[in-house]
Amino acid sequence: MKKLVKYIITDILRSRIMIAYTVVLLVISFSVFSIEDNPAKGILSLLNIILFIVPLVSIIFSTIYIYNSNEFIELLVSQPLQRKSIWLSMFTGLAVSLSLAFFAGAGIAILLYAWSMTGLIMLGCGVLLSIVFAAIAMLASVKIRDKAKGIGTAILLWLYFSMLFDTLVLFLLFQFSDYPIEKGMVALSFLNPIDLSRVLILLRIDVSAMMGYTGAVFQSFFGSEGGMMIALAIMITWIAVPLSISTIRFNNKDL
Amino acid sequence: MISLQNISKQFGRFKVLTDVSFSCNKGECIALIGPNGSGKTTIIKSILGMVIPDSGTITFKGKSIANDYNYRSDIGYMPQMGRYPENMSIGQVLGMMKDIRKIPENLLDEDLIKSFGINKLLDKRMGTLSGGTRQKVSACLAFMFGSQALIMDEPSAGLDPVSSEILREKILVEKEKNKLVIITSHILSELDDLITEVIYMQDGRMLFQKSLHALRKDTGEEKLSRAIARVMRQQDESDGLQAARVNTSELRN
Repeated sequence: MKKLVKYIITDILRSRIMIAYTVVLLVISFSVFSIEDNPAKGILSLLNIILFIVPLVSIIFSTIYIYNSNEFIELLVSQPLQRKSIWLSMFTGLAVSLSLAFFAGAGIAILLYAWSMTGLIMLGCGVLLSIVFAAIAMLASVKIRDKAKGIGTAILLWLYFSMLFDTLVLFLLFQFSDYPIEKGMVALSFLNPIDLSRVLILLRIDVSAMMGYTGAVFQSFFGSEGGMMIALAIMITWIAVPLSISTIRFNNKDL
Repeated sequence: MISLQNISKQFGRFKVLTDVSFSCNKGECIALIGPNGSGKTTIIKSILGMVIPDSGTITFKGKSIANDYNYRSDIGYMPQMGRYPENMSIGQVLGMMKDIRKIPENLLDEDLIKSFGINKLLDKRMGTLSGGTRQKVSACLAFMFGSQALIMDEPSAGLDPVSSEILREKILVEKEKNKLVIITSHILSELDDLITEVIYMQDGRMLFQKSLHALRKDTGEEKLSRAIARVMRQQDESDGLQAARVNTSELRN
Protein backbone atom coordinates (compact mmCIF):
# COMPACT_ATOMS: atom_id res chain seq x y z
CA MET A 1 0.00 0.00 0.00
CA LYS A 2 2.83 2.40 0.85
CA LYS A 3 4.35 1.93 -2.58
CA LEU A 4 1.02 2.46 -4.31
CA VAL A 5 0.62 5.76 -2.44
CA LYS A 6 4.07 6.81 -3.58
CA TYR A 7 3.21 6.20 -7.24
CA ILE A 8 -0.11 8.01 -6.95
CA ILE A 9 1.52 11.03 -5.31
CA THR A 10 4.19 11.31 -8.00
CA ASP A 11 1.46 11.08 -10.63
CA ILE A 12 -0.66 13.83 -9.03
CA LEU A 13 2.22 16.18 -8.28
CA ARG A 14 3.25 16.05 -11.92
CA SER A 15 -0.15 17.12 -13.20
CA ARG A 16 -0.45 20.60 -14.64
CA ILE A 17 -3.43 21.59 -12.52
CA MET A 18 -1.54 20.81 -9.35
CA ILE A 19 1.47 22.86 -10.43
CA ALA A 20 -0.77 25.77 -11.45
CA TYR A 21 -2.59 25.58 -8.09
CA THR A 22 0.68 25.77 -6.19
CA VAL A 23 1.97 28.67 -8.28
CA VAL A 24 -1.30 30.63 -7.91
CA LEU A 25 -1.24 30.15 -4.13
CA LEU A 26 2.41 31.18 -4.06
CA VAL A 27 1.79 34.37 -6.02
CA ILE A 28 -1.29 35.29 -3.97
CA SER A 29 0.28 34.66 -0.59
CA PHE A 30 3.51 36.51 -1.29
CA SER A 31 1.74 39.47 -2.87
CA VAL A 32 -0.78 39.73 0.01
CA PHE A 33 1.99 39.79 2.58
CA SER A 34 4.08 42.29 0.66
CA ILE A 35 1.14 44.67 0.17
CA GLU A 36 0.11 44.62 3.85
CA ASP A 37 2.83 45.68 6.23
CA ASN A 38 0.90 44.35 9.23
CA PRO A 39 1.07 40.51 9.21
CA ALA A 40 -2.27 40.20 11.04
CA LYS A 41 -3.97 42.14 8.26
CA GLY A 42 -2.17 40.01 5.73
CA ILE A 43 -3.47 36.88 7.44
CA LEU A 44 -7.00 38.25 7.31
CA SER A 45 -6.84 38.95 3.57
CA LEU A 46 -5.19 35.62 2.88
CA LEU A 47 -7.79 33.84 5.04
CA ASN A 48 -10.66 34.77 2.77
CA ILE A 49 -8.80 33.75 -0.34
CA ILE A 50 -7.68 30.45 1.13
CA LEU A 51 -11.11 29.55 2.46
CA PHE A 52 -12.41 30.12 -1.05
CA ILE A 53 -9.76 28.46 -3.21
CA VAL A 54 -8.54 25.50 -1.14
CA PRO A 55 -11.91 23.70 -0.77
CA LEU A 56 -12.80 24.42 -4.41
CA VAL A 57 -9.60 23.00 -5.86
CA SER A 58 -9.49 20.09 -3.42
CA ILE A 59 -13.01 18.86 -4.07
CA ILE A 60 -13.03 19.35 -7.85
CA PHE A 61 -9.53 18.06 -8.49
CA SER A 62 -10.14 14.97 -6.35
CA THR A 63 -13.47 14.20 -8.00
CA ILE A 64 -12.04 14.50 -11.50
CA TYR A 65 -8.98 12.47 -10.53
CA ILE A 66 -11.09 9.61 -9.18
CA TYR A 67 -13.30 9.55 -12.28
CA ASN A 68 -10.28 9.60 -14.58
CA SER A 69 -8.71 6.77 -12.62
CA ASN A 70 -11.76 4.54 -13.08
CA GLU A 71 -10.06 2.08 -15.43
CA PHE A 72 -6.89 2.25 -13.38
CA ILE A 73 -8.82 1.38 -10.23
CA GLU A 74 -10.37 -1.56 -12.13
CA LEU A 75 -6.91 -2.77 -13.04
CA LEU A 76 -5.78 -2.47 -9.43
CA VAL A 77 -8.84 -4.41 -8.26
CA SER A 78 -7.85 -7.23 -10.64
CA GLN A 79 -4.50 -7.45 -8.81
CA PRO A 80 -4.00 -9.23 -5.49
CA LEU A 81 -4.90 -6.14 -3.48
CA GLN A 82 -7.62 -5.51 -0.96
CA ARG A 83 -10.22 -3.06 -2.15
CA LYS A 84 -9.96 -1.18 1.10
CA SER A 85 -6.25 -0.60 0.67
CA ILE A 86 -6.72 0.57 -2.94
CA TRP A 87 -9.32 3.11 -1.88
CA LEU A 88 -7.33 4.33 1.10
CA SER A 89 -4.21 4.61 -1.08
CA MET A 90 -6.13 6.80 -3.51
CA PHE A 91 -7.29 8.95 -0.62
CA THR A 92 -3.87 9.18 0.98
CA GLY A 93 -2.33 10.06 -2.37
CA LEU A 94 -4.84 12.86 -2.94
CA ALA A 95 -4.70 14.15 0.64
CA VAL A 96 -0.91 14.20 0.81
CA SER A 97 -0.42 15.87 -2.56
CA LEU A 98 -3.13 18.49 -1.96
CA SER A 99 -1.62 19.27 1.45
CA LEU A 100 1.87 19.43 -0.04
CA ALA A 101 0.67 21.81 -2.75
CA PHE A 102 -1.01 24.00 -0.15
CA PHE A 103 2.06 23.94 2.05
CA ALA A 104 4.40 24.85 -0.78
CA GLY A 105 2.01 27.50 -2.12
CA ALA A 106 0.75 29.28 0.99
CA GLY A 107 2.65 27.70 3.87
CA ILE A 108 6.06 29.13 3.04
CA ALA A 109 4.76 32.71 2.88
CA ILE A 110 2.81 32.27 6.12
CA LEU A 111 5.83 30.88 7.93
CA LEU A 112 8.07 33.64 6.60
CA TYR A 113 5.80 36.65 7.17
CA ALA A 114 3.43 35.58 9.94
CA TRP A 115 5.36 33.24 12.17
CA SER A 116 2.89 33.10 15.06
CA MET A 117 0.29 30.81 16.60
CA THR A 118 -2.30 32.37 14.29
CA GLY A 119 -0.17 31.61 11.25
CA LEU A 120 0.32 28.02 12.36
CA ILE A 121 -3.40 27.56 12.99
CA MET A 122 -4.09 28.91 9.52
CA LEU A 123 -1.59 26.47 8.06
CA GLY A 124 -3.22 23.61 9.95
CA CYS A 125 -6.70 24.68 8.83
CA GLY A 126 -5.59 24.84 5.19
CA VAL A 127 -4.11 21.35 5.33
CA LEU A 128 -7.15 19.95 7.17
CA LEU A 129 -9.55 21.60 4.72
CA SER A 130 -7.64 20.06 1.79
CA ILE A 131 -8.04 16.62 3.36
CA VAL A 132 -11.70 17.15 4.36
CA PHE A 133 -12.68 18.12 0.84
CA ALA A 134 -10.69 15.26 -0.68
CA ALA A 135 -12.68 12.90 1.58
CA ILE A 136 -15.99 14.52 0.58
CA ALA A 137 -14.98 14.23 -3.09
CA MET A 138 -14.28 10.52 -2.66
CA LEU A 139 -17.74 10.05 -1.18
CA ALA A 140 -19.38 11.95 -4.05
CA SER A 141 -17.49 10.01 -6.72
CA VAL A 142 -18.18 6.59 -5.24
CA LYS A 143 -21.90 7.28 -4.96
CA ILE A 144 -22.40 8.70 -8.44
CA ARG A 145 -21.48 6.65 -11.49
CA ASP A 146 -21.77 9.37 -14.11
CA LYS A 147 -18.75 11.66 -14.38
CA ALA A 148 -20.62 14.83 -15.37
CA LYS A 149 -23.16 14.39 -12.59
CA GLY A 150 -20.38 13.66 -10.12
CA ILE A 151 -18.44 16.82 -10.94
CA GLY A 152 -21.69 18.81 -10.83
CA THR A 153 -22.39 17.43 -7.37
CA ALA A 154 -18.88 18.34 -6.25
CA ILE A 155 -19.40 21.94 -7.37
CA LEU A 156 -22.78 22.07 -5.62
CA LEU A 157 -21.27 20.71 -2.42
CA TRP A 158 -18.56 23.36 -2.53
CA LEU A 159 -21.18 26.05 -3.18
CA TYR A 160 -23.16 24.80 -0.20
CA PHE A 161 -20.22 24.77 2.19
CA SER A 162 -18.73 28.09 1.13
CA MET A 163 -21.87 30.17 0.45
CA LEU A 164 -25.29 28.62 0.97
CA PHE A 165 -24.50 27.49 4.50
CA ASP A 166 -23.63 31.04 5.58
CA THR A 167 -26.85 32.37 4.11
CA LEU A 168 -28.77 29.76 6.03
CA VAL A 169 -26.98 30.66 9.24
CA LEU A 170 -27.71 34.37 8.71
CA PHE A 171 -31.36 33.55 8.06
CA LEU A 172 -31.57 31.54 11.30
CA LEU A 173 -29.75 34.30 13.14
CA PHE A 174 -32.29 36.92 12.14
CA GLN A 175 -35.27 34.67 12.67
CA PHE A 176 -34.24 33.77 16.20
CA SER A 177 -32.49 36.98 17.17
CA ASP A 178 -34.83 37.39 20.14
CA TYR A 179 -33.65 34.15 21.71
CA PRO A 180 -30.32 33.31 23.34
CA ILE A 181 -28.83 31.34 20.46
CA GLU A 182 -25.15 32.07 21.01
CA LYS A 183 -24.35 28.55 22.17
CA GLY A 184 -26.36 27.14 19.30
CA MET A 185 -24.21 29.16 16.94
CA VAL A 186 -21.12 27.37 18.23
CA ALA A 187 -22.77 24.04 17.52
CA LEU A 188 -23.87 25.28 14.10
CA SER A 189 -20.30 26.13 13.16
CA PHE A 190 -19.42 22.46 13.65
CA LEU A 191 -21.62 21.64 10.69
CA ASN A 192 -19.31 23.37 8.25
CA PRO A 193 -15.55 22.82 8.22
CA ILE A 194 -14.96 26.08 6.33
CA ASP A 195 -16.85 28.13 8.92
CA LEU A 196 -15.08 26.33 11.71
CA SER A 197 -11.70 27.29 10.25
CA ARG A 198 -12.84 30.87 9.75
CA VAL A 199 -14.02 31.20 13.34
CA LEU A 200 -10.83 29.66 14.68
CA ILE A 201 -8.64 32.15 12.87
CA LEU A 202 -10.83 35.23 13.25
CA LEU A 203 -10.86 34.76 17.00
CA ARG A 204 -7.10 35.10 17.09
CA ILE A 205 -7.15 38.42 15.27
CA ASP A 206 -8.28 41.67 16.85
CA VAL A 207 -11.40 41.89 14.69
CA SER A 208 -13.10 39.38 16.98
CA ALA A 209 -13.73 42.29 19.34
CA MET A 210 -16.29 43.54 16.83
CA MET A 211 -18.31 40.36 16.79
CA GLY A 212 -20.35 41.29 19.86
CA TYR A 213 -21.78 38.84 22.35
CA THR A 214 -21.68 35.87 19.96
CA GLY A 215 -18.03 36.62 19.41
CA ALA A 216 -17.46 36.54 23.15
CA VAL A 217 -19.17 33.16 23.44
CA PHE A 218 -17.04 31.86 20.57
CA GLN A 219 -13.98 33.32 22.23
CA SER A 220 -14.68 31.62 25.53
CA PHE A 221 -15.31 28.31 23.77
CA PHE A 222 -12.58 28.17 21.12
CA GLY A 223 -10.12 30.40 22.94
CA SER A 224 -9.32 27.71 25.45
CA GLU A 225 -7.09 24.76 24.71
CA GLY A 226 -9.98 22.36 25.22
CA GLY A 227 -11.98 24.23 22.61
CA MET A 228 -9.14 23.95 20.14
CA MET A 229 -8.98 20.23 20.76
CA ILE A 230 -12.72 19.93 20.16
CA ALA A 231 -12.34 21.89 16.91
CA LEU A 232 -9.57 19.55 15.80
CA ALA A 233 -11.70 16.54 16.70
CA ILE A 234 -14.58 17.96 14.65
CA MET A 235 -12.30 18.46 11.66
CA ILE A 236 -11.03 14.88 11.96
CA THR A 237 -14.64 13.68 12.14
CA TRP A 238 -15.25 15.58 8.90
CA ILE A 239 -12.47 13.51 7.35
CA ALA A 240 -13.25 10.17 8.96
CA VAL A 241 -17.00 10.00 8.34
CA PRO A 242 -17.06 10.61 4.56
CA LEU A 243 -13.96 8.47 4.15
CA SER A 244 -15.35 5.47 6.01
CA ILE A 245 -18.75 5.69 4.29
CA SER A 246 -17.05 5.84 0.91
CA THR A 247 -14.76 2.92 1.78
CA ILE A 248 -17.74 0.76 2.73
CA ARG A 249 -19.49 1.76 -0.49
CA PHE A 250 -16.41 1.05 -2.57
CA ASN A 251 -16.00 -2.38 -0.97
CA ASN A 252 -19.39 -3.45 -2.33
CA LYS A 253 -19.37 -1.51 -5.57
CA ASP A 254 -19.61 -3.09 -8.99
CA LEU A 255 -16.90 -1.62 -11.16
CA MET B 1 -9.47 -24.35 -12.10
CA ILE B 2 -12.19 -21.73 -12.35
CA SER B 3 -15.77 -22.73 -11.89
CA LEU B 4 -18.97 -20.71 -11.78
CA GLN B 5 -22.13 -22.07 -10.22
CA ASN B 6 -25.49 -20.45 -10.91
CA ILE B 7 -24.17 -16.91 -11.19
CA SER B 8 -26.85 -14.25 -11.52
CA LYS B 9 -26.38 -10.51 -11.62
CA GLN B 10 -28.73 -7.63 -12.00
CA PHE B 11 -27.83 -3.98 -12.59
CA GLY B 12 -30.87 -2.07 -11.44
CA ARG B 13 -33.75 -3.64 -13.34
CA PHE B 14 -31.54 -5.00 -16.07
CA LYS B 15 -30.66 -8.68 -15.76
CA VAL B 16 -27.11 -9.06 -17.03
CA LEU B 17 -26.44 -12.66 -16.06
CA THR B 18 -29.00 -15.37 -15.45
CA ASP B 19 -27.95 -18.61 -13.87
CA VAL B 20 -24.58 -19.00 -15.58
CA SER B 21 -22.59 -22.11 -14.68
CA PHE B 22 -19.46 -23.46 -16.27
CA SER B 23 -16.03 -24.65 -15.31
CA CYS B 24 -12.69 -24.54 -17.00
CA ASN B 25 -9.45 -26.37 -16.42
CA LYS B 26 -5.72 -26.01 -16.91
CA GLY B 27 -4.41 -26.26 -20.43
CA GLU B 28 -7.67 -25.11 -21.95
CA CYS B 29 -8.04 -22.06 -24.09
CA ILE B 30 -11.61 -20.86 -23.90
CA ALA B 31 -13.32 -18.37 -26.16
CA LEU B 32 -16.18 -16.45 -24.59
CA ILE B 33 -18.35 -15.51 -27.53
CA GLY B 34 -21.63 -13.71 -27.84
CA PRO B 35 -23.30 -10.60 -29.24
CA ASN B 36 -22.76 -7.16 -27.67
CA GLY B 37 -24.34 -6.87 -24.27
CA SER B 38 -24.58 -10.61 -23.75
CA GLY B 39 -22.71 -10.43 -20.43
CA LYS B 40 -19.22 -11.55 -21.44
CA THR B 41 -17.40 -8.70 -19.74
CA THR B 42 -19.59 -9.05 -16.64
CA ILE B 43 -18.57 -12.72 -16.36
CA ILE B 44 -14.91 -11.78 -16.59
CA LYS B 45 -15.37 -8.99 -14.08
CA SER B 46 -17.11 -11.36 -11.65
CA ILE B 47 -14.23 -13.82 -11.89
CA LEU B 48 -11.83 -10.98 -11.09
CA GLY B 49 -13.93 -9.76 -8.20
CA MET B 50 -14.78 -6.42 -9.81
CA VAL B 51 -18.47 -7.27 -9.98
CA ILE B 52 -20.03 -9.01 -7.03
CA PRO B 53 -22.70 -11.49 -8.20
CA ASP B 54 -26.17 -11.36 -6.61
CA SER B 55 -26.26 -15.12 -6.24
CA GLY B 56 -24.13 -18.14 -7.00
CA THR B 57 -20.53 -18.96 -6.20
CA ILE B 58 -17.29 -18.69 -8.10
CA THR B 59 -14.40 -20.89 -7.10
CA PHE B 60 -10.77 -20.59 -8.09
CA LYS B 61 -8.63 -23.68 -7.52
CA GLY B 62 -11.44 -25.11 -5.40
CA LYS B 63 -11.72 -22.12 -3.07
CA SER B 64 -14.54 -19.61 -3.14
CA ILE B 65 -13.35 -16.17 -4.21
CA ALA B 66 -15.89 -14.26 -2.12
CA ASN B 67 -14.10 -11.91 0.30
CA ASP B 68 -10.73 -13.13 -0.89
CA TYR B 69 -8.18 -11.18 -2.88
CA ASN B 70 -5.01 -13.29 -2.79
CA TYR B 71 -6.27 -15.65 -5.48
CA ARG B 72 -5.76 -12.86 -8.02
CA SER B 73 -1.98 -13.28 -7.78
CA ASP B 74 -2.51 -16.30 -10.05
CA ILE B 75 -4.46 -14.37 -12.68
CA GLY B 76 -3.14 -12.13 -15.42
CA TYR B 77 -5.80 -9.79 -16.74
CA MET B 78 -5.79 -7.70 -19.87
CA PRO B 79 -8.68 -5.23 -19.88
CA GLN B 80 -10.70 -4.13 -22.90
CA MET B 81 -9.70 -0.51 -22.48
CA GLY B 82 -6.61 0.04 -20.40
CA ARG B 83 -6.26 3.56 -19.07
CA TYR B 84 -3.53 4.55 -16.69
CA PRO B 85 -2.71 7.63 -14.61
CA GLU B 86 -1.72 10.22 -17.20
CA ASN B 87 1.46 11.46 -15.63
CA MET B 88 2.97 8.07 -14.87
CA SER B 89 5.60 6.81 -17.29
CA ILE B 90 5.46 3.30 -18.72
CA GLY B 91 8.46 2.39 -16.58
CA GLN B 92 6.62 3.55 -13.46
CA VAL B 93 3.49 1.57 -14.31
CA LEU B 94 5.57 -1.58 -14.84
CA GLY B 95 7.50 -0.87 -11.62
CA MET B 96 4.32 -0.33 -9.67
CA MET B 97 2.86 -3.64 -10.82
CA LYS B 98 6.11 -5.41 -9.91
CA ASP B 99 5.85 -3.85 -6.44
CA ILE B 100 2.26 -5.04 -6.10
CA ARG B 101 2.94 -8.60 -7.25
CA LYS B 102 6.21 -8.94 -5.31
CA ILE B 103 7.66 -11.49 -7.72
CA PRO B 104 11.47 -11.76 -7.90
CA GLU B 105 13.02 -10.12 -10.94
CA ASN B 106 14.40 -13.37 -12.41
CA LEU B 107 10.94 -14.99 -12.55
CA LEU B 108 9.40 -12.14 -14.53
CA ASP B 109 8.33 -12.88 -18.08
CA GLU B 110 9.46 -9.88 -20.11
CA ASP B 111 9.17 -11.42 -23.58
CA LEU B 112 6.34 -9.17 -24.66
CA ILE B 113 8.07 -6.03 -23.38
CA LYS B 114 10.93 -6.87 -25.71
CA SER B 115 8.93 -7.99 -28.71
CA PHE B 116 6.56 -5.01 -28.54
CA GLY B 117 9.56 -2.69 -28.18
CA ILE B 118 8.13 -1.26 -24.96
CA ASN B 119 11.59 -1.15 -23.36
CA LYS B 120 12.47 1.74 -25.67
CA LEU B 121 9.48 3.78 -24.47
CA LEU B 122 9.92 3.43 -20.72
CA ASP B 123 10.16 7.18 -20.12
CA LYS B 124 7.02 8.07 -22.06
CA ARG B 125 4.05 9.27 -20.04
CA MET B 126 0.86 7.21 -20.26
CA GLY B 127 -1.18 10.29 -21.19
CA THR B 128 0.79 10.76 -24.42
CA LEU B 129 0.43 7.16 -25.66
CA SER B 130 -1.87 6.03 -28.43
CA GLY B 131 -4.64 3.53 -27.70
CA GLY B 132 -2.67 0.73 -29.34
CA THR B 133 0.46 1.34 -27.30
CA ARG B 134 -1.61 1.42 -24.09
CA GLN B 135 -3.09 -1.90 -25.14
CA LYS B 136 0.44 -3.27 -25.58
CA VAL B 137 1.31 -2.13 -22.05
CA SER B 138 -1.82 -3.91 -20.77
CA ALA B 139 -0.74 -7.08 -22.55
CA CYS B 140 2.77 -6.86 -21.07
CA LEU B 141 1.28 -6.47 -17.59
CA ALA B 142 -1.02 -9.47 -18.05
CA PHE B 143 1.80 -11.80 -19.10
CA MET B 144 4.62 -10.42 -16.99
CA PHE B 145 4.03 -12.42 -13.83
CA GLY B 146 3.70 -15.90 -15.33
CA SER B 147 0.20 -16.30 -13.86
CA GLN B 148 -1.57 -19.66 -14.03
CA ALA B 149 -4.69 -18.18 -15.57
CA LEU B 150 -4.84 -15.50 -18.26
CA ILE B 151 -8.01 -13.56 -18.87
CA MET B 152 -8.21 -11.27 -21.86
CA ASP B 153 -11.08 -9.01 -22.81
CA GLU B 154 -10.89 -8.17 -26.53
CA PRO B 155 -7.09 -8.43 -26.60
CA SER B 156 -6.57 -7.50 -30.23
CA ALA B 157 -8.86 -4.45 -30.28
CA GLY B 158 -6.70 -1.49 -31.28
CA LEU B 159 -3.55 -3.52 -31.99
CA ASP B 160 -1.90 -3.37 -35.39
CA PRO B 161 -1.66 -6.66 -37.35
CA VAL B 162 2.00 -7.24 -36.47
CA SER B 163 1.43 -6.73 -32.74
CA SER B 164 -1.70 -8.83 -32.66
CA GLU B 165 0.27 -11.63 -34.34
CA ILE B 166 2.98 -11.30 -31.65
CA LEU B 167 0.28 -11.48 -28.98
CA ARG B 168 -1.24 -14.54 -30.63
CA GLU B 169 2.10 -16.32 -30.69
CA LYS B 170 2.55 -15.48 -27.02
CA ILE B 171 -0.88 -16.86 -26.13
CA LEU B 172 -0.02 -20.09 -27.97
CA VAL B 173 3.25 -20.39 -26.06
CA GLU B 174 1.46 -19.88 -22.73
CA LYS B 175 -1.22 -22.40 -23.67
CA GLU B 176 1.50 -24.98 -24.23
CA LYS B 177 2.69 -24.35 -20.67
CA ASN B 178 -0.56 -25.88 -19.42
CA LYS B 179 -2.16 -22.59 -18.43
CA LEU B 180 -5.78 -21.61 -18.60
CA VAL B 181 -6.57 -18.89 -21.13
CA ILE B 182 -9.94 -17.18 -21.39
CA ILE B 183 -10.48 -14.82 -24.31
CA THR B 184 -13.42 -12.76 -25.43
CA SER B 185 -13.26 -11.52 -28.96
CA HIS B 186 -15.46 -10.44 -31.82
CA ILE B 187 -12.86 -11.30 -34.41
CA LEU B 188 -13.57 -15.00 -34.62
CA SER B 189 -11.13 -15.70 -37.46
CA GLU B 190 -8.14 -15.06 -35.24
CA LEU B 191 -9.37 -17.49 -32.61
CA ASP B 192 -9.45 -20.50 -34.96
CA ASP B 193 -6.26 -22.34 -34.11
CA LEU B 194 -5.93 -20.76 -30.68
CA ILE B 195 -8.87 -22.09 -28.76
CA THR B 196 -9.96 -25.48 -27.57
CA GLU B 197 -13.42 -24.63 -26.24
CA VAL B 198 -16.23 -22.24 -26.92
CA ILE B 199 -18.68 -20.77 -24.44
CA TYR B 200 -21.54 -19.05 -26.20
CA MET B 201 -23.50 -16.37 -24.38
CA GLN B 202 -26.75 -14.70 -25.32
CA ASP B 203 -28.87 -12.24 -23.31
CA GLY B 204 -27.03 -13.08 -20.11
CA ARG B 205 -27.54 -16.81 -20.45
CA MET B 206 -24.98 -19.40 -21.36
CA LEU B 207 -26.31 -21.26 -24.40
CA PHE B 208 -23.61 -23.91 -24.60
CA GLN B 209 -20.08 -24.90 -23.70
CA LYS B 210 -18.56 -27.13 -26.35
CA SER B 211 -15.12 -28.13 -27.42
CA LEU B 212 -14.11 -26.69 -30.77
CA HIS B 213 -14.00 -30.21 -32.15
CA ALA B 214 -17.59 -30.94 -31.12
CA LEU B 215 -18.77 -27.60 -32.46
CA ARG B 216 -17.19 -28.32 -35.84
CA LYS B 217 -18.81 -31.75 -35.91
CA ASP B 218 -22.26 -30.48 -34.91
CA THR B 219 -22.37 -27.68 -37.42
CA GLY B 220 -20.37 -29.31 -40.18
CA GLU B 221 -18.33 -26.16 -40.60
CA GLU B 222 -14.55 -26.05 -40.40
CA LYS B 223 -14.17 -22.32 -39.64
CA LEU B 224 -15.18 -21.06 -36.21
CA SER B 225 -16.77 -17.92 -37.64
CA ARG B 226 -19.01 -19.97 -39.94
CA ALA B 227 -19.85 -22.44 -37.18
CA ILE B 228 -20.92 -19.63 -34.85
CA ALA B 229 -22.89 -17.95 -37.62
CA ARG B 230 -24.74 -21.22 -38.16
CA VAL B 231 -25.48 -21.55 -34.45
CA MET B 232 -26.82 -18.00 -34.35
CA ARG B 233 -29.02 -18.64 -37.35
CA GLN B 234 -30.41 -21.83 -35.80
CA GLN B 235 -31.11 -19.85 -32.66
CA ASP B 236 -33.02 -17.22 -34.64
CA GLU B 237 -34.98 -19.89 -36.48
CA SER B 238 -36.01 -21.67 -33.32
CA ASP B 239 -37.01 -18.33 -31.81
CA GLY B 240 -39.01 -17.61 -34.97
CA LEU B 241 -40.60 -21.05 -34.85
CA GLN B 242 -41.62 -20.53 -31.25
CA ALA B 243 -43.11 -17.14 -32.08
CA ALA B 244 -45.02 -18.72 -34.94
CA ARG B 245 -46.35 -21.44 -32.64
CA VAL B 246 -47.53 -18.84 -30.16
CA ASN B 247 -49.24 -16.96 -32.99
CA THR B 248 -51.11 -19.99 -34.27
CA SER B 249 -52.23 -20.96 -30.79
CA GLU B 250 -53.53 -17.44 -30.31
CA LEU B 251 -55.40 -17.68 -33.60
CA ARG B 252 -57.03 -20.94 -32.52
CA ASN B 253 -58.32 -19.34 -29.40
